[in-house]
Amino acid sequence: MSDHRVIPIVEQASPPPESPTGAMIRTLGLVSAICGLIIVGAYQGTYDAVAANKRIATERAVFKVLPQAKTIAEFLAQPGGGVSKVGAGDTAIPPGSVKFFAAYDEAGKLAGIAAEGVAKGYADNVRIMFGYQPDCQCVVGIGVVSMRETPGIGDKIITDKDFLANFTALDVKLKADLSALANEVKAVKHGSKSNAWQIDAISGATITSRAVGKAINDSAQALLPRLVPKLDTLATKS
Amino acid sequence: MNTAQCKTWDEFTEGIWRQNPVFVMVLGMCPVLAVSVSAVNALSMGLATMFVLVCSCGLVSLLRRMIPKEVRIAVYIVIIATFVTAVDYAIQAISLALYDALGAFIQLIVVNCIILGRAEAHAAKNPPVPAMFNAAGMGIGFTIGLFALGAVREVLGAGTLFGITLFGAGFQPWVIMVLPPGGFFVLGAWLLFFAWLERRKLRRAAPLSEAGQHV
Repeated sequence: MSDHRVIPIVEQASPPPESPTGAMIRTLGLVSAICGLIIVGAYQGTYDAVAANKRIATERAVFKVLPQAKTIAEFLAQPGGGVSKVGAGDTAIPPGSVKFFAAYDEAGKLAGIAAEGVAKGYADNVRIMFGYQPDCQCVVGIGVVSMRETPGIGDKIITDKDFLANFTALDVKLKADLSALANEVKAVKHGSKSNAWQIDAISGATITSRAVGKAINDSAQALLPRLVPKLDTLATKS
Repeated sequence: MNTAQCKTWDEFTEGIWRQNPVFVMVLGMCPVLAVSVSAVNALSMGLATMFVLVCSCGLVSLLRRMIPKEVRIAVYIVIIATFVTAVDYAIQAISLALYDALGAFIQLIVVNCIILGRAEAHAAKNPPVPAMFNAAGMGIGFTIGLFALGAVREVLGAGTLFGITLFGAGFQPWVIMVLPPGGFFVLGAWLLFFAWLERRKLRRAAPLSEAGQHV
């Protein structure tokens, strides 16, 4: 009886047999191959649906800031001043270029320009989409693309009617030489708005309001000097 | 056969109640507290975790005899990461709004200790079917836990459930409940409730056994 017990104990006391190197490599290789197949399969299988979802999300964001728009086309404003259309397959944006959307109404006439802007808010970056109307050279609507601002405080920028009233005709006129905005877009303390290029901040959510102002300003400063001289080329849907 | 079925059923229900990952083991609290701001987010996070749990435990269990123990953690993590990537694409394909709401926590399922724990403690030692049943039980338990938090936080913090307004216009949302501290409040309240249930069960059982001893 005791013999039976001793033998296994002695066996366990000796160092456990090591797995051969070949077995380890083989297993890791096999697992990687299986996992690679699953990942590539999942990517291929969902690619169309993901791309369609992204396009719908962008269209919705543009239609929200330019309600009369029916179709959109994506463009890049290049550093040299040129404007080029983005093909369906292109996803990478060349450095220095600014992406914007030209929105057209049912008749194929330009209904407005939409562009994204981003600035640091209270919790994280606030990404907004704004609509630009060439006739009045003003911002006519904004929508939030993404933000993580405090619910009930910072997120009032999408619900507060007085705040949204700032964006019915926010002045973003360019200087006479088209080099930059004539007046910097800026959020000012609640109740002290006196010019058409100022944004009346939400009291209690000043940081988020300022982020919206800065996002519009930065994006407009980069985009409009390149875009305005080329507006004629975008006037009708190509 | 019957006892085997019984054991599998027992392992399946273990994760739902006795070893509930949220309320009993208090595991994987990072996603639990972070994404349980609404019932929809909580439910989808729970289901995503359950999918990863079941698939990775199934695959680990299938390969269990050929995984050398020296490289087992690496193998488990690769397998888990694979299914997380698949879920990541699937959620992007279903809804971008949901994908944005869940944020980095989908990718972070890779390091959820419930999944690695199941792979190491159960799937590596059991055949695929019981391993997947056990994983499914844990996944359901995790989903129930997340939903219990998410539903309470959404009702109190926003006055809605699945986006449907529950109260009249006079309801003032209790905003703190959808902020990070609210997660701790609601989790604490649920843990208190389960501890009270446990105590009550013990108290009810105690007089009987005492009586038995005295007689």
